[in-house]
Amino acid sequence: MTVHVDIVSAEESIFSGSAEMVFAPGEMGELGIAPRHTPLLTRLRAGEVRIQPAGGGEEQFYYVSGGMLEIQPHVITVLADTALRAKDIDEAAALQAKEKAEKALQDQESDIDYAEAQAELARAVAQLQTLERLRKTRSS
Amino acid sequence: MAGAKEIRTKIKSIQNTQKITKAMEMVAASKMRKAQDRMRASRPYSEKIHNVIGHLAQSHPEYHHPYMQDREVKRVGFILISSDRGLCGGLNVNMFRAAINSMKKWSDKGVDVDVCTIGQKASVFFKRLKVNMVAQASHLGDNPAITDLIGTVKVMLDAFDEGKIDRLFIVHNEFVNTMTQKADVIQLLPLESANDDELKHHWDYIYEPDAKEVLDALMMRYVESLVYQGVVENIACEMAARMIAMKSASDNAGTLIDELQLVYNKARQAAITQEISEIVSGAAAV
Repeated sequence: MTVHVDIVSAEESIFSGSAEMVFAPGEMGELGIAPRHTPLLTRLRAGEVRIQPAGGGEEQFYYVSGGMLEIQPHVITVLADTALRAKDIDEAAALQAKEKAEKALQDQESDIDYAEAQAELARAVAQLQTLERLRKTRSS
Repeated sequence: MAGAKEIRTKIKSIQNTQKITKAMEMVAASKMRKAQDRMRASRPYSEKIHNVIGHLAQSHPEYHHPYMQDREVKRVGFILISSDRGLCGGLNVNMFRAAINSMKKWSDKGVDVDVCTIGQKASVFFKRLKVNMVAQASHLGDNPAITDLIGTVKVMLDAFDEGKIDRLFIVHNEFVNTMTQKADVIQLLPLESANDDELKHHWDYIYEPDAKEVLDALMMRYVESLVYQGVVENIACEMAARMIAMKSASDNAGTLIDELQLVYNKARQAAITQEISEIVSGAAAV
């Protein structure tokens, strides 16, 4: 049994196809979604969406920096805020963003919004994790 | 030959103008192709989120979002999308006209109007009109990111949440084809809900963490995606309109040059004829 999955961001369509199982970083915790799941609507944290494609094959990772997830029994829709393919993420940029966010966190005198900086740090960490996992699966 | 020299400089200057308009035409043509691609790329998202909203309208939510409720209209908001630069024919003027017509209808009913402009041209134009401009974004470039728009959209959504405005419209140009763009006024809020009668069974989503927060986030993204779609479409319109305007400017310059060339040749021939007749009559006198 499979379920149709669409991952779209405002600027492009990222994935469309059927899957046996989907894992997504829901706001209240990681969600594992099998076909014929009951309707559910939730926000997503920054993290990775994992897809086990139909008919076996390698698990696929997509990084999302937040967004919405809609589950219908036969359709799963991920409305990603900015979902780039994990391969495309520029590791240097992610590191730089992390450094910048850390610097901003230390420098609390400045008028940079503290909450915003923390969110940026969380995003950068999630991007790096996805990249590391991707590298591990490729080397193994 | 005094007249001939003047004509020659005039031809030269028109040729220079023609070079510029031709270059602009080609730039606009290549940018238009890219803008159309972007327009197509952003479509899946708006289709999907539209589907989700459609599902939602069919369900029986425990919480009714204010964006889905009609209320008495005391004040309306407009989001106006224009281009940053001119030289694109009547594109912006048509949009302004559609916006003003629609605003006039409301103000005739005694309803006040709030305006939020995206693009330099609209902000300059509506500043002169002395309307109540609450937000403004410009210089988005050819490849706008949704992050550039979140701020301006949020101003209007907050106004709606607080009850400052009771309806929200968006005015932008619709890309029909390369030759035709149509200014369009669309109602964003409240969302027009689908009819509830044809429901098969009672069902509702599971919401995590709770209905209000999830729906808030979803509705915000829905409106943002509609505005983003409008901006991207408007850029494609701008490029198409500029290409057509510059093409006709180049053509006009061509006809002007041809006409002037004719006048120049006549003047040159007349001068030569006069010279010959002077020489001949001079020789005859000797």
